[in-house]
Amino acid sequence: MNLEAFWLTVRLAMIVAVLLMAFGIPIAYWITYYRWRWKFLVEAVIALPIVLPPTVLGLYVLMALGTRSPIGRYWESLTGHPLAFTFEGLIVGSVLYSLPFAVQPFAAAFSTVDPKLLRASASLGQSPTQTFRRIVLPLSKAGLVTGFVLSFAHTLGEFGVVLMIGGNIPGVTRTISIDIYDQVQAGNYSSANQTALVLLIISFLVLSVVYGVNRRVWAVGPWK
Amino acid sequence: MDLHFRASAGFTILFGASGAGKTTVLDCIAGLSRPDGGRIVVSGHELFDSAKKQDVPAWKRRIGYVIQDLALFPHLTAQENVAFGLHALGVTKRQNRSREMLRTFQIDHLRDQRPAQISGGERQRVALARTLVTEPLALLLDEPLAALDRPTKAHILDDLRQWNATHRVPILYVTHSHEEVFALGEQVIVLVAGRIVAQGRPHEVMSAPRLETVAQLLGFENIFDATVTSLHEERGTLTCRLGAGPVELEAPLVRADIGSNLRVGIRAGDLLLATEIPHGLSARNIVPGTIRKIEQRDVIISAFVDCSGTSFEVHLTLAAREALQLVPGKSVWVVVKTHSCHLMSGA
Repeated sequence: MNLEAFWLTVRLAMIVAVLLMAFGIPIAYWITYYRWRWKFLVEAVIALPIVLPPTVLGLYVLMALGTRSPIGRYWESLTGHPLAFTFEGLIVGSVLYSLPFAVQPFAAAFSTVDPKLLRASASLGQSPTQTFRRIVLPLSKAGLVTGFVLSFAHTLGEFGVVLMIGGNIPGVTRTISIDIYDQVQAGNYSSANQTALVLLIISFLVLSVVYGVNRRVWAVGPWK
Repeated sequence: MDLHFRASAGFTILFGASGAGKTTVLDCIAGLSRPDGGRIVVSGHELFDSAKKQDVPAWKRRIGYVIQDLALFPHLTAQENVAFGLHALGVTKRQNRSREMLRTFQIDHLRDQRPAQISGGERQRVALARTLVTEPLALLLDEPLAALDRPTKAHILDDLRQWNATHRVPILYVTHSHEEVFALGEQVIVLVAGRIVAQGRPHEVMSAPRLETVAQLLGFENIFDATVTSLHEERGTLTCRLGAGPVELEAPLVRADIGSNLRVGIRAGDLLLATEIPHGLSARNIVPGTIRKIEQRDVIISAFVDCSGTSFEVHLTLAAREALQLVPGKSVWVVVKTHSCHLMSGA
């Protein structure tokens, strides 16, 4: 098994999951609590990566990050190297790719918090931000864990987007799924099989965590 | 909805059937709903004024609000719930104040329990303590005791009264329970379909309604159409015939002409039953009849007495039924005090 590719992928998935925690929570908050006529369009855009072929998403992100786009040029002027075909570029693409897997569980969890609790908190003198931090977040623990774990797992297994944005540079952008593809291309089936099995086991464990967490909190937890 | 009222320190009861708009009034004061127009001022603070486009957000209003299902925070212990609104204080102060409040409401032993682990009455106390500890400028209570049994309710009301004796803030208390009105009320506001139909002290509003809607609301068990047959101005009474007759009652004098139609409302609990014709009673109306049926609800016995075609419902105690051996078919006398007859304008 290609350990270098394995650890690179784990690192990528971890960073992406953490970033999605940071970006996903405010987005989910906005989706849950703000009323805006065109909100459904935003929700549709966020959900796009679920249905879009990864190559399509990857192509657009590549174009957006390339040296000919304003974002790409700005990044290059800032850091001295282009964003495409780098680990950082991979992070940007993966964050977009896994966005719905974080935002949707977050928003779902926020919206199940009883609005009466929010009203009670306001009547006790707590601002909307305080109420969110002290009531909504703790009561959404299961949804937060789910979103974190799902975005981690989803990034772990991505292929198309990574290939489009990052190419296949060992140690920089070669993730396990690309490694498996390489092994198969090279006729190296037993090695591919080994790596694939590891990925399968990790994915299974991760999903077990998701379902386990949700079952514990909502069915037999210390509070109803 | 359209209403205007002032509530001073102490209990003011908002009374009305469900759908009358009681909760909406509280929501507007708490800042959780926005009125179409008007002004809301609490102890000198202008909270809402549509003319000045003033609308203080709920969390800055310092209005305590306890609703019927309490909305305790399920992930926090009783003490954490009570300390919730004291976030701005330091840890020590917050601890001390919340412990003090837990003791006042006799729930200190539950401080480490979560809401799901304690009983309904205890949860009610936690909810009240959580709100009162923040020292609100006014207190809104939306049937917070509706789900409780009577002794628990009485106990909590005592605690609440005691708290209010030292704090003296306006308390708006929503209920549709007649009993709570008399137990608590210094002032009562009767709401029907979003309008105030009566306002005053409980015995004024609840005992002598001038309006048919109020009477229906308060559930007079006996309501009769009546015709005025004679006026006795020197005695301050009038005589009226119930329905097609022949039963006549002496009732308090109101402005009415002989022959005009009125309605008489009498509470079943205000009526007496006698098994022999009574002597030496101050009550002016003693009507012979026959018990038609007897029903038992809880500890209250309802006797339905037929008096030559007019049927009275009389409430009795279990003991009274035993002592008088009341059974259907027995001849009795219904005793009606003049001042138990409430007159309303006729249909």
